Amino acid sequence: MNALVWVGVVLLGGAGAVLRFLVDGAVSSRVGRVYPYGTLVVNLSGALLLGLVTGLALSHQGALLAGTAAIGSYTTFSTWMFETQRLGEDRQVPGLAANIMVSLVVGIGAAALGRVIGSQL
Amino acid sequence: MALPDRREVAAVFAGGAIGALARAALGEAFPLAPTQWPWPTFAVNILGAFLLGYFVTRLQERLPLSSYRRPLLGTGLCGGLTTFSTMQVELVTMLDAHDYGLVLGYGSACVVAGYAAVQLATAMVRRVRIRA
Repeated sequence: MNALVWVGVVLLGGAGAVLRFLVDGAVSSRVGRVYPYGTLVVNLSGALLLGLVTGLALSHQGALLAGTAAIGSYTTFSTWMFETQRLGEDRQVPGLAANIMVSLVVGIGAAALGRVIGSQL
Repeated sequence: MALPDRREVAAVFAGGAIGALARAALGEAFPLAPTQWPWPTFAVNILGAFLLGYFVTRLQERLPLSSYRRPLLGTGLCGGLTTFSTMQVELVTMLDAHDYGLVLGYGSACVVAGYAAVQLATAMVRRVRIRA
């Protein structure tokens, strides 16, 4: 693996995080922060995109750059868990359960759908 | 939508770059078969959830207001270090292999351990008394 690929990982990883910051901000400014819709939109769209990249069957380096670095950094597990735990602290049990289940069930569906689309391209 | 602060965006970029580099390096160091437990993803996700719980609780409840720490450490570093999309693709791959035990085990372990990591980090920060 040459050094240029790792430079690409750094740049795309940073760019993915910035895109997440902007999308989360745009969604939250429209629907508010009572429920973490911003993270949900980021994670579900990212699962669809990573499924698509997986379906394209890129080279190892291509998958590392587009998938692991860019889309991997765009989506977030830590914020999803943090927001879920804070819903739990506020005793918002339906919100907590929905945030876990919708993310997982729709996330798996989105990744599977993305892969089908990617393999057709 | 208000334009985001340029320094805030730069902090998110820097943190995200470091987090993604660490996650990618770990994944490259430990390549996995599709029916194996995805230790690299699991490890960064649980570590990142712990760190985010620690950073955000400290920043919100213990430290004076700062404009760049949360974007750098929280949104950037922890967000870039952890990944939701890879976890979902791993679950789809396990479903392909009809390894439903692994799907249930991995999916629930991620959620339970991630939640517990945030809870633990939060409790640790809150247990430290503020010096008068």
